[in-house]
Amino acid sequence: MKTLTASSPQALDIAALRADFPILATKIHGKPLVYLDSAASAQKPQVVIDAERRVYEELYANVHRGVHDLSMRASEAYEGVRGKVARFIGAPSAKEVVFLRGTTEAVNLVAQTWGRVNVKAGDEILITALEHHANIVPWQLLCEEKGAKLVVAPINDAGEVEIDRFANLLGERTRIVAFAHVSNALGTVLDARRMTALARERAPGAVVLVDGAQGVPHMPVDVKAIGCDFYCFSAHKMYGPSGMGALWGRKALLDAMPPWQGGGDMILSVAFEKTTYNETPFKFEAGTPNIAGTIAFGASIDYLCGLGLEAVAAAEHELLAYGTEALSSIAGLRLIGTAAHKASVLSFVLDGVHPHDAGSILDYEGVAVRTGHHCAQPVMDRFGVPATIRASLGVYNTREEIDVLVRGIRKVQEMFA
Amino acid sequence: MTSDLRDLYQDVILDHGKRPRNARVIEGAAFVQPAYNPLCGDKGTLYLSMDSTGQKIADAAYVGHGCSISTASASIMTDFVRGKTRQEALRTFDLFHDMITAPPDEAIHRAVEDLGKLSVFSGVAEFPARVKCATLAWHALKAALTEGPAAGPVSTE
Repeated sequence: MKTLTASSPQALDIAALRADFPILATKIHGKPLVYLDSAASAQKPQVVIDAERRVYEELYANVHRGVHDLSMRASEAYEGVRGKVARFIGAPSAKEVVFLRGTTEAVNLVAQTWGRVNVKAGDEILITALEHHANIVPWQLLCEEKGAKLVVAPINDAGEVEIDRFANLLGERTRIVAFAHVSNALGTVLDARRMTALARERAPGAVVLVDGAQGVPHMPVDVKAIGCDFYCFSAHKMYGPSGMGALWGRKALLDAMPPWQGGGDMILSVAFEKTTYNETPFKFEAGTPNIAGTIAFGASIDYLCGLGLEAVAAAEHELLAYGTEALSSIAGLRLIGTAAHKASVLSFVLDGVHPHDAGSILDYEGVAVRTGHHCAQPVMDRFGVPATIRASLGVYNTREEIDVLVRGIRKVQEMFA
Repeated sequence: MTSDLRDLYQDVILDHGKRPRNARVIEGAAFVQPAYNPLCGDKGTLYLSMDSTGQKIADAAYVGHGCSISTASASIMTDFVRGKTRQEALRTFDLFHDMITAPPDEAIHRAVEDLGKLSVFSGVAEFPARVKCATLAWHALKAALTEGPAAGPVSTE
Protein backbone atom coordinates (compact mmCIF):
# COMPACT_ATOMS: atom_id res chain seq x y z
CA MET A 1 0.00 0.00 0.00
CA LYS A 2 1.13 3.49 -0.73
CA THR A 3 1.19 5.84 2.20
CA LEU A 4 -0.78 9.01 2.71
CA THR A 5 2.34 11.14 2.61
CA ALA A 6 3.77 9.85 -0.66
CA SER A 7 5.47 12.93 -2.06
CA SER A 8 5.18 12.10 -5.75
CA PRO A 9 1.93 10.21 -6.19
CA GLN A 10 1.76 7.49 -8.78
CA ALA A 11 -1.12 7.92 -11.17
CA LEU A 12 -4.07 5.77 -10.15
CA ASP A 13 -5.23 2.95 -12.38
CA ILE A 14 -8.87 4.00 -12.49
CA ALA A 15 -10.02 1.05 -14.60
CA ALA A 16 -8.63 -1.36 -12.02
CA LEU A 17 -9.95 0.68 -9.13
CA ARG A 18 -13.48 0.67 -10.55
CA ALA A 19 -13.58 -3.08 -10.00
CA ASP A 20 -13.43 -2.35 -6.25
CA PHE A 21 -16.95 -0.84 -6.46
CA PRO A 22 -19.53 -3.54 -7.22
CA ILE A 23 -22.37 -1.08 -7.81
CA LEU A 24 -20.58 0.39 -10.83
CA ALA A 25 -21.57 -2.74 -12.77
CA THR A 26 -25.24 -1.80 -12.36
CA LYS A 27 -27.35 -0.97 -15.40
CA ILE A 28 -29.82 1.92 -15.27
CA HIS A 29 -32.60 1.81 -17.88
CA GLY A 30 -30.45 -0.76 -19.66
CA LYS A 31 -27.40 1.53 -19.81
CA PRO A 32 -24.20 1.38 -17.75
CA LEU A 33 -24.48 3.47 -14.61
CA VAL A 34 -22.54 6.73 -14.86
CA TYR A 35 -22.46 7.82 -11.25
CA LEU A 36 -21.80 11.55 -11.03
CA ASP A 37 -23.41 12.19 -7.65
CA SER A 38 -20.59 11.48 -5.22
CA ALA A 39 -20.98 14.87 -3.54
CA ALA A 40 -24.42 13.69 -2.39
CA SER A 41 -23.03 10.32 -1.35
CA ALA A 42 -20.14 8.27 -2.65
CA GLN A 43 -20.32 4.58 -3.60
CA LYS A 44 -18.70 1.90 -1.46
CA PRO A 45 -15.73 -0.35 -2.29
CA GLN A 46 -15.98 -4.05 -1.53
CA VAL A 47 -13.58 -3.72 1.42
CA VAL A 48 -15.99 -1.36 3.18
CA ILE A 49 -18.99 -3.58 2.46
CA ASP A 50 -17.03 -6.61 3.68
CA ALA A 51 -15.87 -4.81 6.82
CA GLU A 52 -19.43 -4.02 7.83
CA ARG A 53 -20.60 -7.56 7.12
CA ARG A 54 -17.64 -9.10 8.95
CA VAL A 55 -18.52 -7.22 12.13
CA TYR A 56 -21.87 -9.01 12.30
CA GLU A 57 -20.40 -12.33 11.24
CA GLU A 58 -17.32 -12.40 13.41
CA LEU A 59 -17.05 -9.88 16.21
CA TYR A 60 -20.36 -8.29 17.01
CA ALA A 61 -21.22 -7.42 20.59
CA ASN A 62 -21.92 -4.16 22.36
CA VAL A 63 -18.89 -2.00 23.02
CA HIS A 64 -17.52 -0.72 26.34
CA ARG A 65 -19.98 -2.88 28.26
CA GLY A 66 -19.01 -6.51 28.56
CA VAL A 67 -16.16 -8.37 30.16
CA HIS A 68 -16.75 -11.20 27.74
CA ASP A 69 -14.28 -11.74 24.96
CA LEU A 70 -16.53 -10.79 22.08
CA SER A 71 -17.32 -7.42 23.61
CA MET A 72 -13.63 -6.82 24.19
CA ARG A 73 -12.87 -7.64 20.56
CA ALA A 74 -15.67 -5.41 19.29
CA SER A 75 -14.53 -2.58 21.56
CA GLU A 76 -10.96 -2.91 20.37
CA ALA A 77 -11.93 -2.78 16.69
CA TYR A 78 -14.30 0.12 17.35
CA GLU A 79 -11.80 2.15 19.36
CA GLY A 80 -9.09 1.42 16.82
CA VAL A 81 -10.98 3.57 14.33
CA ARG A 82 -10.58 6.62 16.55
CA GLY A 83 -6.84 6.50 15.99
CA LYS A 84 -7.33 6.04 12.25
CA VAL A 85 -9.55 9.12 12.10
CA ALA A 86 -7.01 11.13 14.07
CA ARG A 87 -4.14 10.10 11.78
CA PHE A 88 -6.32 10.66 8.70
CA ILE A 89 -6.76 14.37 9.50
CA GLY A 90 -3.47 14.95 11.30
CA ALA A 91 -5.08 15.31 14.73
CA PRO A 92 -2.75 14.98 17.71
CA SER A 93 -4.85 12.48 19.66
CA ALA A 94 -7.52 9.82 19.21
CA LYS A 95 -9.16 11.20 22.35
CA GLU A 96 -10.10 14.31 20.41
CA VAL A 97 -12.25 12.33 17.97
CA VAL A 98 -15.99 12.12 18.65
CA PHE A 99 -18.00 9.57 16.66
CA LEU A 100 -21.30 10.96 15.41
CA ARG A 101 -23.87 10.35 12.69
CA GLY A 102 -22.22 12.80 10.35
CA THR A 103 -21.24 16.39 9.66
CA THR A 104 -24.71 17.76 10.36
CA GLU A 105 -24.78 16.23 13.82
CA ALA A 106 -21.26 17.51 14.49
CA VAL A 107 -22.16 21.13 13.70
CA ASN A 108 -25.27 20.84 15.85
CA LEU A 109 -23.22 19.41 18.70
CA VAL A 110 -20.78 22.31 18.69
CA ALA A 111 -23.63 24.83 18.43
CA GLN A 112 -25.54 23.23 21.29
CA THR A 113 -22.58 22.72 23.63
CA TRP A 114 -19.75 25.18 23.04
CA GLY A 115 -22.20 27.64 21.54
CA ARG A 116 -24.80 27.56 24.30
CA VAL A 117 -22.18 28.10 26.97
CA ASN A 118 -20.09 30.74 25.24
CA VAL A 119 -22.33 32.73 22.90
CA LYS A 120 -24.17 35.66 24.48
CA ALA A 121 -26.59 38.34 23.31
CA GLY A 122 -24.90 40.71 20.90
CA ASP A 123 -22.19 38.22 19.94
CA GLU A 124 -21.64 37.32 16.31
CA ILE A 125 -21.29 34.06 14.40
CA LEU A 126 -19.54 34.44 11.05
CA ILE A 127 -20.24 32.03 8.20
CA THR A 128 -19.94 32.42 4.41
CA ALA A 129 -22.48 32.73 1.62
CA LEU A 130 -21.62 29.31 0.18
CA GLU A 131 -22.52 27.18 3.18
CA HIS A 132 -24.65 24.04 3.15
CA HIS A 133 -27.85 24.38 5.18
CA ALA A 134 -26.21 22.19 7.83
CA ASN A 135 -23.68 24.95 8.46
CA ILE A 136 -26.34 27.68 8.55
CA VAL A 137 -29.40 26.43 10.41
CA PRO A 138 -27.69 25.17 13.62
CA TRP A 139 -26.16 28.65 14.00
CA GLN A 140 -29.49 30.35 13.30
CA LEU A 141 -31.09 28.28 16.06
CA LEU A 142 -28.31 29.30 18.44
CA CYS A 143 -28.58 32.97 17.44
CA GLU A 144 -32.34 32.94 18.03
CA GLU A 145 -31.89 31.42 21.45
CA LYS A 146 -29.11 33.75 22.53
CA GLY A 147 -29.95 36.99 20.74
CA ALA A 148 -26.71 36.69 18.81
CA LYS A 149 -26.23 37.76 15.20
CA LEU A 150 -25.46 35.58 12.18
CA VAL A 151 -23.03 37.41 9.88
CA VAL A 152 -22.42 36.18 6.34
CA ALA A 153 -19.22 36.78 4.37
CA PRO A 154 -20.11 37.30 0.70
CA ILE A 155 -18.85 35.39 -2.33
CA ASN A 156 -17.91 36.78 -5.75
CA ASP A 157 -19.33 35.80 -9.15
CA ALA A 158 -16.90 32.90 -9.42
CA GLY A 159 -18.15 31.50 -6.13
CA GLU A 160 -15.07 32.42 -4.07
CA VAL A 161 -15.25 33.91 -0.59
CA GLU A 162 -14.36 37.59 -0.75
CA ILE A 163 -11.47 37.31 1.63
CA ASP A 164 -11.07 41.03 2.40
CA ARG A 165 -14.72 41.32 3.32
CA PHE A 166 -14.49 38.13 5.37
CA ALA A 167 -11.54 39.68 7.22
CA ASN A 168 -13.41 42.91 7.84
CA LEU A 169 -16.38 41.06 9.31
CA LEU A 170 -14.21 39.47 11.99
CA GLY A 171 -13.99 41.31 15.28
CA GLU A 172 -14.20 41.39 19.05
CA ARG A 173 -17.82 40.26 18.96
CA THR A 174 -17.16 37.22 16.77
CA ARG A 175 -17.44 34.07 18.86
CA ILE A 176 -17.70 31.38 16.19
CA VAL A 177 -16.32 31.29 12.65
CA ALA A 178 -17.70 28.41 10.61
CA PHE A 179 -17.08 27.63 6.96
CA ALA A 180 -16.91 24.77 4.48
CA HIS A 181 -13.58 23.37 3.39
CA VAL A 182 -15.12 22.73 -0.04
CA SER A 183 -18.51 24.05 -1.23
CA ASN A 184 -20.91 21.22 -2.03
CA ALA A 185 -22.90 23.30 -4.51
CA LEU A 186 -20.04 25.06 -6.32
CA GLY A 187 -16.92 23.02 -5.68
CA THR A 188 -14.97 26.03 -4.42
CA VAL A 189 -12.02 25.06 -2.22
CA LEU A 190 -11.71 27.57 0.58
CA ASP A 191 -8.34 28.67 1.93
CA ALA A 192 -9.09 27.24 5.36
CA ARG A 193 -5.60 27.96 6.64
CA ARG A 194 -5.66 31.62 5.72
CA MET A 195 -9.23 32.13 6.94
CA THR A 196 -8.34 30.53 10.28
CA ALA A 197 -5.23 32.69 10.58
CA LEU A 198 -7.33 35.80 9.91
CA ALA A 199 -9.82 34.69 12.56
CA ARG A 200 -7.01 34.26 15.11
CA GLU A 201 -5.66 37.70 14.35
CA ARG A 202 -8.89 39.65 14.25
CA ALA A 203 -11.28 37.65 16.40
CA PRO A 204 -9.23 36.32 19.30
CA GLY A 205 -12.35 35.29 21.20
CA ALA A 206 -13.68 33.07 18.43
CA VAL A 207 -13.42 29.37 17.75
CA VAL A 208 -13.08 28.17 14.16
CA LEU A 209 -15.09 25.23 12.82
CA VAL A 210 -14.41 23.77 9.39
CA ASP A 211 -17.13 21.70 7.68
CA GLY A 212 -14.98 19.12 5.96
CA ALA A 213 -17.74 16.96 4.46
CA GLN A 214 -16.61 17.75 0.90
CA GLY A 215 -12.97 18.20 1.83
CA VAL A 216 -11.76 14.84 3.15
CA PRO A 217 -12.81 12.74 0.11
CA HIS A 218 -10.79 14.88 -2.28
CA MET A 219 -7.56 16.06 -0.68
CA PRO A 220 -5.17 15.39 2.18
CA VAL A 221 -6.33 17.22 5.30
CA ASP A 222 -4.17 18.27 8.22
CA VAL A 223 -6.03 20.03 11.00
CA LYS A 224 -2.78 21.14 12.63
CA ALA A 225 -1.76 22.90 9.43
CA ILE A 226 -5.19 24.51 9.09
CA GLY A 227 -5.03 25.58 12.71
CA CYS A 228 -8.78 25.36 13.32
CA ASP A 229 -10.53 24.30 16.54
CA PHE A 230 -13.11 21.90 15.13
CA TYR A 231 -13.18 19.86 11.93
CA CYS A 232 -16.07 17.58 11.05
CA PHE A 233 -16.94 15.21 8.24
CA SER A 234 -19.14 12.30 7.15
CA ALA A 235 -18.05 8.77 6.28
CA HIS A 236 -20.58 8.32 3.46
CA LYS A 237 -19.01 10.97 1.25
CA MET A 238 -15.60 9.31 1.50
CA TYR A 239 -16.65 5.80 0.41
CA GLY A 240 -17.68 4.79 3.91
CA PRO A 241 -21.05 3.84 5.39
CA SER A 242 -23.98 6.25 5.77
CA GLY A 243 -25.05 7.47 9.19
CA MET A 244 -21.47 7.79 10.40
CA GLY A 245 -19.07 10.66 10.84
CA ALA A 246 -16.65 12.35 13.17
CA LEU A 247 -16.02 15.60 14.95
CA TRP A 248 -12.47 16.52 15.82
CA GLY A 249 -11.97 19.22 18.41
CA ARG A 250 -9.10 20.52 20.52
CA LYS A 251 -9.01 18.56 23.74
CA ALA A 252 -9.17 21.60 26.02
CA LEU A 253 -12.29 22.82 24.25
CA LEU A 254 -13.97 19.41 24.28
CA ASP A 255 -13.12 18.98 27.96
CA ALA A 256 -14.73 22.29 28.85
CA MET A 257 -17.88 21.64 26.82
CA PRO A 258 -20.96 20.27 28.56
CA PRO A 259 -22.37 16.94 27.40
CA TRP A 260 -25.00 17.04 24.68
CA GLN A 261 -27.29 14.04 24.92
CA GLY A 262 -27.70 11.97 28.06
CA GLY A 263 -27.68 8.20 28.22
CA GLY A 264 -25.46 5.16 28.52
CA ASP A 265 -21.72 5.32 27.85
CA MET A 266 -21.52 9.08 28.39
CA ILE A 267 -21.51 8.70 32.17
CA LEU A 268 -19.12 7.45 34.82
CA SER A 269 -21.70 7.04 37.55
CA VAL A 270 -25.36 7.81 37.92
CA ALA A 271 -27.26 8.38 41.12
CA PHE A 272 -30.59 10.19 41.26
CA GLU A 273 -28.84 13.02 43.12
CA LYS A 274 -25.96 13.47 40.73
CA THR A 275 -24.45 12.02 37.59
CA THR A 276 -20.74 12.12 36.85
CA TYR A 277 -19.99 12.38 33.16
CA ASN A 278 -17.48 10.31 31.30
CA GLU A 279 -14.34 11.91 29.91
CA THR A 280 -13.82 13.29 26.40
CA PRO A 281 -14.79 11.99 23.86
CA PHE A 282 -17.16 9.49 25.50
CA LYS A 283 -19.27 12.12 27.19
CA PHE A 284 -20.55 13.11 23.74
CA GLU A 285 -21.48 9.57 22.73
CA ALA A 286 -24.67 8.62 24.52
CA GLY A 287 -26.27 5.27 23.75
CA THR A 288 -25.07 2.24 21.84
CA PRO A 289 -23.21 3.65 18.85
CA ASN A 290 -23.11 2.61 15.20
CA ILE A 291 -20.61 -0.17 15.91
CA ALA A 292 -20.50 -1.84 12.51
CA GLY A 293 -20.63 1.53 10.74
CA THR A 294 -17.70 2.82 12.76
CA ILE A 295 -15.56 -0.19 11.90
CA ALA A 296 -16.53 0.11 8.23
CA PHE A 297 -15.67 3.82 8.46
CA GLY A 298 -12.19 2.66 9.47
CA ALA A 299 -12.08 0.49 6.36
CA SER A 300 -12.96 3.46 4.16
CA ILE A 301 -10.09 5.45 5.68
CA ASP A 302 -7.74 2.53 4.98
CA TYR A 303 -9.04 2.37 1.43
CA LEU A 304 -8.53 6.08 0.72
CA CYS A 305 -5.11 6.12 2.37
CA GLY A 306 -4.21 3.01 0.38
CA LEU A 307 -4.95 4.90 -2.83
CA GLY A 308 -3.15 7.91 -1.45
CA LEU A 309 -4.96 11.22 -1.04
CA GLU A 310 -2.40 13.03 -3.20
CA ALA A 311 -3.03 10.57 -6.01
CA VAL A 312 -6.81 10.87 -5.57
CA ALA A 313 -6.58 14.67 -5.67
CA ALA A 314 -4.39 14.59 -8.78
CA ALA A 315 -6.69 12.20 -10.67
CA GLU A 316 -9.83 14.12 -9.77
CA HIS A 317 -8.24 17.45 -10.58
CA GLU A 318 -7.30 16.21 -14.04
CA LEU A 319 -10.83 14.90 -14.64
CA LEU A 320 -12.41 18.10 -13.34
CA ALA A 321 -10.32 20.09 -15.82
CA TYR A 322 -11.42 17.77 -18.62
CA GLY A 323 -15.07 18.08 -17.57
CA THR A 324 -14.87 21.85 -17.22
CA GLU A 325 -13.52 22.17 -20.73
CA ALA A 326 -16.07 19.75 -22.17
CA LEU A 327 -19.04 21.49 -20.54
CA SER A 328 -17.72 24.96 -21.36
CA SER A 329 -17.80 24.07 -25.05
CA ILE A 330 -21.58 23.47 -24.97
CA ALA A 331 -23.58 26.49 -26.17
CA GLY A 332 -26.43 27.40 -23.83
CA LEU A 333 -24.69 25.89 -20.81
CA ARG A 334 -23.56 28.10 -17.94
CA LEU A 335 -21.24 26.79 -15.26
CA ILE A 336 -22.18 27.98 -11.77
CA GLY A 337 -19.02 28.11 -9.68
CA THR A 338 -15.85 28.94 -11.56
CA ALA A 339 -13.42 29.42 -8.69
CA ALA A 340 -9.71 29.22 -9.44
CA HIS A 341 -9.36 26.46 -6.88
CA LYS A 342 -12.08 23.81 -7.15
CA ALA A 343 -12.69 20.17 -6.32
CA SER A 344 -15.06 17.55 -7.69
CA VAL A 345 -18.09 19.66 -8.61
CA LEU A 346 -19.48 20.75 -12.00
CA SER A 347 -22.65 22.71 -11.27
CA PHE A 348 -24.46 24.18 -14.26
CA VAL A 349 -27.70 25.40 -15.80
CA LEU A 350 -29.01 25.06 -19.34
CA ASP A 351 -30.83 27.84 -21.19
CA GLY A 352 -34.55 27.12 -21.40
CA VAL A 353 -34.37 23.82 -19.52
CA HIS A 354 -35.35 23.26 -15.92
CA PRO A 355 -32.76 21.14 -14.04
CA HIS A 356 -35.38 18.54 -13.09
CA ASP A 357 -36.23 17.87 -16.73
CA ALA A 358 -32.54 17.54 -17.51
CA GLY A 359 -32.14 15.17 -14.57
CA SER A 360 -34.88 12.84 -15.80
CA ILE A 361 -33.48 12.71 -19.33
CA LEU A 362 -29.91 12.18 -18.14
CA ASP A 363 -31.17 9.41 -15.87
CA TYR A 364 -32.48 7.68 -18.96
CA GLU A 365 -28.95 7.73 -20.32
CA GLY A 366 -27.77 6.04 -17.12
CA VAL A 367 -26.26 9.28 -15.80
CA ALA A 368 -26.95 9.99 -12.12
CA VAL A 369 -26.62 13.69 -11.32
CA ARG A 370 -28.23 15.77 -8.63
CA THR A 371 -30.69 18.43 -9.62
CA GLY A 372 -32.03 20.96 -7.18
CA HIS A 373 -30.67 23.48 -4.70
CA HIS A 374 -28.21 21.02 -3.10
CA CYS A 375 -29.22 22.11 0.42
CA ALA A 376 -27.64 25.47 -0.36
CA GLN A 377 -30.54 27.75 -1.24
CA PRO A 378 -28.62 30.96 -0.44
CA VAL A 379 -26.06 29.94 -3.07
CA MET A 380 -28.85 29.49 -5.64
CA ASP A 381 -30.23 32.94 -4.72
CA ARG A 382 -26.75 34.45 -5.07
CA PHE A 383 -26.55 33.22 -8.66
CA GLY A 384 -30.21 33.97 -9.43
CA VAL A 385 -31.19 30.39 -10.25
CA PRO A 386 -33.78 28.19 -8.50
CA ALA A 387 -31.68 25.08 -8.96
CA THR A 388 -28.71 23.67 -10.83
CA ILE A 389 -27.67 20.39 -12.37
CA ARG A 390 -24.67 19.10 -10.44
CA ALA A 391 -22.26 16.48 -11.70
CA SER A 392 -19.84 15.61 -8.91
CA LEU A 393 -16.80 13.41 -9.32
CA GLY A 394 -15.48 10.54 -7.28
CA VAL A 395 -12.20 8.73 -7.65
CA TYR A 396 -13.87 6.08 -9.86
CA ASN A 397 -15.05 8.44 -12.59
CA THR A 398 -13.54 8.51 -16.07
CA ARG A 399 -13.25 10.74 -19.12
CA GLU A 400 -15.56 8.35 -20.98
CA GLU A 401 -18.24 9.03 -18.37
CA ILE A 402 -17.84 12.78 -18.87
CA ASP A 403 -18.35 12.13 -22.58
CA VAL A 404 -21.60 10.25 -21.82
CA LEU A 405 -22.71 13.24 -19.73
CA VAL A 406 -21.95 15.62 -22.59
CA ARG A 407 -23.91 13.48 -25.08
CA GLY A 408 -26.80 13.34 -22.59
CA ILE A 409 -26.80 17.13 -22.26
CA ARG A 410 -27.02 17.41 -26.04
CA LYS A 411 -30.07 15.12 -26.00
CA VAL A 412 -31.67 17.32 -23.35
CA GLN A 413 -31.04 20.37 -25.48
CA GLU A 414 -32.46 18.70 -28.59
CA MET A 415 -35.66 17.83 -26.76
CA PHE A 416 -36.19 21.33 -25.41
CA ALA A 417 -34.91 23.15 -28.48
CA MET B 1 -35.56 8.97 -27.54
CA THR B 2 -36.59 5.86 -25.64
CA SER B 3 -40.30 5.09 -25.57
CA ASP B 4 -40.77 5.42 -21.81
CA LEU B 5 -39.18 8.85 -21.80
CA ARG B 6 -41.48 9.83 -24.63
CA ASP B 7 -44.41 8.71 -22.43
CA LEU B 8 -43.34 11.34 -19.93
CA TYR B 9 -42.43 14.08 -22.37
CA GLN B 10 -45.33 13.93 -24.80
CA ASP B 11 -45.53 16.71 -27.35
CA VAL B 12 -48.53 18.24 -25.60
CA ILE B 13 -46.53 18.46 -22.37
CA LEU B 14 -43.48 19.93 -24.09
CA ASP B 15 -45.73 22.48 -25.79
CA HIS B 16 -47.52 23.55 -22.60
CA GLY B 17 -44.18 23.48 -20.75
CA LYS B 18 -42.71 25.99 -23.20
CA ARG B 19 -45.84 28.09 -23.69
CA PRO B 20 -48.03 27.77 -20.63
CA ARG B 21 -51.65 28.90 -21.08
CA ASN B 22 -53.40 31.04 -18.48
CA ALA B 23 -50.11 32.31 -17.11
CA ARG B 24 -51.60 35.53 -15.83
CA VAL B 25 -52.90 37.15 -12.69
CA ILE B 26 -56.70 37.26 -12.24
CA GLU B 27 -57.53 40.60 -10.66
CA GLY B 28 -60.06 40.25 -7.85
CA ALA B 29 -59.77 36.45 -7.83
CA ALA B 30 -61.84 34.61 -5.22
CA PHE B 31 -58.84 32.43 -4.41
CA VAL B 32 -55.15 33.25 -4.55
CA GLN B 33 -53.27 30.13 -3.56
CA PRO B 34 -49.46 29.92 -3.36
CA ALA B 35 -47.76 26.57 -4.01
CA TYR B 36 -44.19 25.47 -3.39
CA ASN B 37 -42.11 22.37 -3.99
CA PRO B 38 -39.14 22.70 -1.61
CA LEU B 39 -37.41 19.72 -3.20
CA CYS B 40 -36.75 21.56 -6.45
CA GLY B 41 -37.64 25.15 -5.62
CA ASP B 42 -40.65 25.29 -7.95
CA LYS B 43 -43.00 28.08 -6.94
CA GLY B 44 -46.30 29.35 -8.22
CA THR B 45 -49.61 31.00 -7.44
CA LEU B 46 -53.02 29.72 -8.52
CA TYR B 47 -55.82 32.21 -9.16
CA LEU B 48 -59.47 31.16 -9.27
CA SER B 49 -62.56 33.27 -9.86
CA MET B 50 -66.02 31.82 -9.28
CA ASP B 51 -69.34 32.44 -11.01
CA SER B 52 -72.23 34.26 -9.31
CA THR B 53 -73.38 31.11 -7.49
CA GLY B 54 -69.92 30.66 -6.01
CA GLN B 55 -70.00 26.98 -6.97
CA LYS B 56 -68.58 27.01 -10.47
CA ILE B 57 -65.04 28.00 -11.51
CA ALA B 58 -65.39 30.93 -13.88
CA ASP B 59 -61.69 31.40 -14.58
CA ALA B 60 -58.40 29.81 -13.56
CA ALA B 61 -54.83 30.97 -14.02
CA TYR B 62 -51.39 30.08 -12.67
CA VAL B 63 -48.21 32.13 -12.51
CA GLY B 64 -44.94 30.54 -11.47
CA HIS B 65 -41.71 28.92 -12.47
CA GLY B 66 -40.89 25.27 -12.60
CA CYS B 67 -39.91 22.33 -14.75
CA SER B 68 -41.78 21.45 -17.92
CA ILE B 69 -43.91 18.86 -16.10
CA SER B 70 -45.12 21.23 -13.40
CA THR B 71 -45.56 24.12 -15.83
CA ALA B 72 -47.53 21.98 -18.30
CA SER B 73 -49.62 20.49 -15.53
CA ALA B 74 -50.67 23.92 -14.27
CA SER B 75 -51.35 25.08 -17.83
CA ILE B 76 -53.54 22.12 -18.75
CA MET B 77 -55.26 22.07 -15.35
CA THR B 78 -56.30 25.71 -15.58
CA ASP B 79 -57.81 25.03 -19.01
CA PHE B 80 -59.53 21.90 -17.77
CA VAL B 81 -61.20 23.18 -14.62
CA ARG B 82 -62.70 26.32 -16.15
CA GLY B 83 -66.49 25.86 -16.08
CA LYS B 84 -66.31 22.92 -13.66
CA THR B 85 -68.10 22.91 -10.31
CA ARG B 86 -66.14 22.60 -7.06
CA GLN B 87 -67.21 18.96 -6.77
CA GLU B 88 -66.22 18.16 -10.34
CA ALA B 89 -62.84 19.81 -9.87
CA LEU B 90 -62.14 17.96 -6.61
CA ARG B 91 -63.24 14.67 -8.16
CA THR B 92 -60.83 15.34 -11.02
CA PHE B 93 -58.04 15.94 -8.50
CA ASP B 94 -58.64 12.45 -7.08
CA LEU B 95 -58.74 10.80 -10.51
CA PHE B 96 -55.65 12.67 -11.67
CA HIS B 97 -53.75 11.82 -8.51
CA ASP B 98 -54.72 8.15 -8.79
CA MET B 99 -53.72 8.05 -12.42
CA ILE B 100 -50.17 9.28 -11.85
CA THR B 101 -49.51 7.32 -8.66
CA ALA B 102 -51.14 3.96 -9.48
CA PRO B 103 -49.10 1.02 -10.77
CA PRO B 104 -49.32 0.89 -14.58
CA ASP B 105 -51.62 -2.16 -14.73
CA GLU B 106 -54.34 -0.79 -12.45
CA ALA B 107 -57.87 -0.10 -13.62
CA ILE B 108 -57.43 3.64 -13.30
CA HIS B 109 -55.35 3.66 -16.46
CA ARG B 110 -58.30 2.25 -18.39
CA ALA B 111 -60.46 5.07 -17.05
CA VAL B 112 -58.17 7.87 -18.24
CA GLU B 113 -60.49 8.55 -21.14
CA ASP B 114 -62.63 10.37 -18.58
CA LEU B 115 -59.76 12.71 -17.97
CA GLY B 116 -59.54 13.86 -21.57
CA LYS B 117 -56.47 16.01 -22.16
CA LEU B 118 -55.21 15.29 -18.64
CA SER B 119 -54.46 11.72 -19.73
CA VAL B 120 -51.21 12.95 -21.32
CA PHE B 121 -49.82 12.82 -17.79
CA SER B 122 -50.44 9.11 -17.38
CA GLY B 123 -46.77 8.48 -18.23
CA VAL B 124 -45.75 10.20 -14.99
CA ALA B 125 -46.73 6.98 -13.17
CA GLU B 126 -43.51 5.48 -14.55
CA PHE B 127 -41.46 8.31 -13.01
CA PRO B 128 -42.21 8.45 -9.28
CA ALA B 129 -39.61 11.19 -8.84
CA ARG B 130 -41.78 13.49 -10.97
CA VAL B 131 -45.18 12.96 -9.31
CA LYS B 132 -44.71 16.05 -7.16
CA CYS B 133 -43.97 18.14 -10.24
CA ALA B 134 -47.21 17.03 -11.89
CA THR B 135 -49.36 17.59 -8.80
CA LEU B 136 -48.08 20.94 -7.48
CA ALA B 137 -50.79 23.05 -9.14
CA TRP B 138 -53.42 20.44 -8.34
CA HIS B 139 -52.58 20.58 -4.63
CA ALA B 140 -53.02 24.34 -4.81
CA LEU B 141 -56.44 23.81 -6.44
CA LYS B 142 -57.54 21.36 -3.76
CA ALA B 143 -56.36 23.61 -0.93
CA ALA B 144 -58.17 26.62 -2.40
CA LEU B 145 -61.45 24.75 -2.93
CA THR B 146 -61.49 22.85 0.37
CA GLU B 147 -59.88 25.30 2.75
CA GLY B 148 -60.82 28.54 1.08
CA PRO B 149 -58.96 31.82 1.18
CA ALA B 150 -57.62 31.00 4.65
CA ALA B 151 -55.49 28.13 3.30
CA GLY B 152 -51.79 28.62 3.87
CA PRO B 153 -49.25 28.01 1.11
CA VAL B 154 -49.35 24.40 -0.07
CA SER B 155 -46.16 22.47 -0.17
CA THR B 156 -45.42 19.13 -1.73
CA GLU B 157 -43.22 18.15 1.20
